[in-house]
Amino acid sequence: MSELLHAEGIVKRFGSFTALKGVTFRLRAGEIHALMGENGAGKSTLIKVLTGVHEADGGTVTVAGRGIRAASPREAEAAGISTVYQEVNLLPNLSVAENILMGRQPMRGPFIRHGEVRRRARAALARLGLEVDVGALLGTFPVAVQQMTAIARALDQEARVLILDEPTSSLDARESEELFAVMRRLRDEGMGIVFVSHFLDQIYAVSDRITVLRDGSLVGTWEAAGLPRLELVSHMIGKEVTAGGGDGGVVSGGGAEAFRVEGLERKGTVGPLTFSVMAGEATGLAGLLGSGRTETARMLFGIDAATGGRVVAGGETVDLGSPRAAMAAGLAFCSEDRKVEGIIPSLSVRENIVLAMQASRGVLRRVPRAEQEALAAKFIAALNIRTRGPETPIGTLSGGNQQKCLLARWMAMQPRLLILDEPTRGIDVGAKAEIEALCGELRRAGMSILFISAELEEVVRNCSRVVVLRDRRQAAVLDGPAISLRTIMETVAAS
Amino acid sequence: MNRIFASRLLPLMATGLVLVALFAAAGAGYENFLSARVVLNLFKDRAFLGVVAVGMTFVILSGGIDLSVGAVMAFTTVFLAKVIGGLGWSAPVAMLAAVGIGVGFGMFQGWVIHFFRIPAFLVTLAGMFLARGMAFVVSPRSVEIRSAFYDDLGERGLPLGEGLLLTVGPLMYLVVVAAGMVVAHGTRFGRNVYALGGNEASAALMGLPVGATRVGVYGVCGGCAALGGVISTLALSSGDPTRGTGLELDAIAAAVIGGTVLTGGRGWVFGTFLGVLILGTIKTILDFDGSLDPAWLRIASGGLLLGFILLQKLIARQSVS
Repeated sequence: MSELLHAEGIVKRFGSFTALKGVTFRLRAGEIHALMGENGAGKSTLIKVLTGVHEADGGTVTVAGRGIRAASPREAEAAGISTVYQEVNLLPNLSVAENILMGRQPMRGPFIRHGEVRRRARAALARLGLEVDVGALLGTFPVAVQQMTAIARALDQEARVLILDEPTSSLDARESEELFAVMRRLRDEGMGIVFVSHFLDQIYAVSDRITVLRDGSLVGTWEAAGLPRLELVSHMIGKEVTAGGGDGGVVSGGGAEAFRVEGLERKGTVGPLTFSVMAGEATGLAGLLGSGRTETARMLFGIDAATGGRVVAGGETVDLGSPRAAMAAGLAFCSEDRKVEGIIPSLSVRENIVLAMQASRGVLRRVPRAEQEALAAKFIAALNIRTRGPETPIGTLSGGNQQKCLLARWMAMQPRLLILDEPTRGIDVGAKAEIEALCGELRRAGMSILFISAELEEVVRNCSRVVVLRDRRQAAVLDGPAISLRTIMETVAAS
Repeated sequence: MNRIFASRLLPLMATGLVLVALFAAAGAGYENFLSARVVLNLFKDRAFLGVVAVGMTFVILSGGIDLSVGAVMAFTTVFLAKVIGGLGWSAPVAMLAAVGIGVGFGMFQGWVIHFFRIPAFLVTLAGMFLARGMAFVVSPRSVEIRSAFYDDLGERGLPLGEGLLLTVGPLMYLVVVAAGMVVAHGTRFGRNVYALGGNEASAALMGLPVGATRVGVYGVCGGCAALGGVISTLALSSGDPTRGTGLELDAIAAAVIGGTVLTGGRGWVFGTFLGVLILGTIKTILDFDGSLDPAWLRIASGGLLLGFILLQKLIARQSVS
C-alpha cells in the first residue's frame, strides 16, 4: 500500500517543555489509522503540527512523497490535509453550503456564484450520503450534521488526508455508526484517515492500524487486528501487564457506609453509576482519559446536574443540585485543574485556605482574623506547606505546595467526603508521597475520600475499593484483594 | 406563525414593520406627512448618517466597533473647506483625497487592532480623539466652502417630476447602500466579514484571510465616514470641526435597529438602511409636530433600540432550543 503521509522525527517545544520528542508517524492511502495516548501524550500537538496550527521545531512532513512545511492551516489544506475538530470549527452563522466552500467559492469576476456554491455543496454531501437544505444556517443543525459538513468541506478540496479529532465525543451511538460508515467509504476510495478517540470499542470497530504516543514519544504502530486490547492499554499507560501483580489495595477499615450512589447519571456525559463510599476509606475512580472520571466528580459535587439516579446518606436522599448544596451535605471537591478552578494566585496562602470556609458562611459572617491565622498556621505545620509565611501569595509556591493549600482549604471544612481529582498531577515525587500520606491520615480520622487518578498504581496503593470506568460507563467495582494493576487494566480493556 | 418566527429574516421584517407603522401613524396624525417631499427630505437629511452607518455595519458584522466615524467625518469637512477654500485644490480631487485619508486612517486602526490584539473599542476611541483633535488643528471653527463645483453640484441630481430633485448626496447614499449589499452578500470579502464575526478562530482554521479582512473592514468604515463628511459639506456648504459629535452612536443604533447583532456575524446592510430611515422618521415627526420636546427623539430611539436588542435575544434563545 502506498504511503500518503510521513512525519519523521517531529519535535515541538513550548518554552522549556517539550511536547513532542521526535515522533514518527506514517499514514497509508486507504487506511483508518487510530492515534492513541493518555493525557500529555502529544496527540493534539502532533495533529496541530500536521495541520499547520503549530510550526514544528524539528523534523519533516511529506505528503505523497513531497515535502511540505505547513506554517498555516491554509497551506496544510493546500497540501491535502484536512481536519475535523472535536468542537466543530465551522461558522454557525453561515449556510451549510458556504461553510463547505468558504474561501474557495466559484466566482464570476468579483462576484460569488451562489448557485454553483450550493450545487457543489450538495455534490460533496451526496458523497457522504447526506441530503439537507444547504441554504439553511449551519447552526440550526445537530452536531452530527455539522461534522458531516466539515467532512464535506474536506472532500470538496480534494483532501487526501483527513484527520478526525475526537469526532464522536458529542454523537450518540446511531450517529457514530453513520460516521463510521462514511469513514469506511472514504477509506475504500483511497483516503488516509487519522482517527482520534478515547473509546476503545470505536477504535477497534473502524481502525486498520493503531499508533500509540506516550509523553511526547512514539511507543509504536501496530495492526489493529494483531493488538489485544490489554496490550494497547498497557502501551498507553506505560505499565507492563505482567509486572506489579496482586497488590490487593488497602484493606478495608470496616467503616459504615457514608454515601451510596444509586444509578447516578448525566445523559450524554457519564453513568449510570452505582457504588458505596465507606467512612474512613478511599474509593478510587479509575479509567483511561475520557472515560468519565472528572465528569463523575463534577456531577457528584453538583457542578453539572445529574439527570437520573440519586445519592443516599443515612437512608435519605442527598440534595446535590449545586456545589453549595453539595458542600452543605458534607462534600468537598479538590479540582483537577488547580490553576483555573482552584487557587487564586494573587491571594495569600491564608486567604486561599479560608476561602471555602468563608464561602460557606456567607459574606456577612466573616471568619475572624485571629481564627483565620490560627487555621493557616495549623495547616501550614500539619501539611508541611513550604512557604515563607501565611501572607505569601500562593502563586509563588511550588505546584505541590499549592496542592497542599487546596487540600487544607477543604480539610478546614471537615467534609465527610473529600473528592480528590488528580491530586498529584504535575507535582514532584516527594510532594506526591506527602499527599498520599496525608490521605492516609484523613482516612484514619474517619473521612471518606473519592480518589481520582490516571496513575493506576496510586489508585491501587490508596484505595479499598475501585470503581472502574470505561467509555463513560461503570465497568466494574473492585474490592480490597481484587484490586491490582492487572485487574484494573483488564477491566479497562475488556470489551 | 412558527415558520415566521423561525425565519432568520425576522429581525429585518420587524424593522420594516416598525418603519411602516411609524409612517402610517404619522400620516394619520399630521396632514401632508405622506408626501414625496417629506420622504425626499428624509433621505436628504439622513444621507450622511446613512453612509456612515453602512460602514459601521461592516465593522459590527466583523465583530468589531468603530467609535471614530463621527470624528473622521468632522475632519473630512474641515479638510475639504481648507484645501478647497484655502489651498485652491479642485473640489473633486479634494473629495477623492479626503476619502483616501478616511480609508487609510481606518486601515491603520484595523492594523493596530489586529496585530497588537487590542480591543477595537480602545483603538477607535483613541482614533476618535485623534481625528477630532486634527479637525480642530485644521480649523478651530466652522468655515464656509465657496466653490463653483459645489454650487453646480447642488443643482444637479435625478429629477423625480413635480419639481422634485434627488440631489447628489442622497443619490450617493442609495448607491452606497446598494454597493454595500452587493459586497456583503456577493463577494468573498463580504462573506469573510461574516465569517470573522461568526467565529474568528474557526475562520482562521478554515484558512480565511483574517488579518486582511479585518484591516479591510476598518478601511471600508473609514472610507464611508469620510464619504459621509463629503455629503455633509454638499448639504451645508461648510466644514465644522464639531460636526458629527455622537454620530458613531447613531450609526451603531441604526445598525442594531436594522437587525445587526453587536457580537458580529449576523445582520444586513439593508437592515441598517431601514434603521436609518426609522431614526430619520422619528426626527421628521418631531419637526412636524413642533409642540413635542426634542428630547423625545432620544427617548424614542432608546426605546426602539432596547426593543430590538430584546427581540434579538429572544430569537437567539429560540434558535438554541
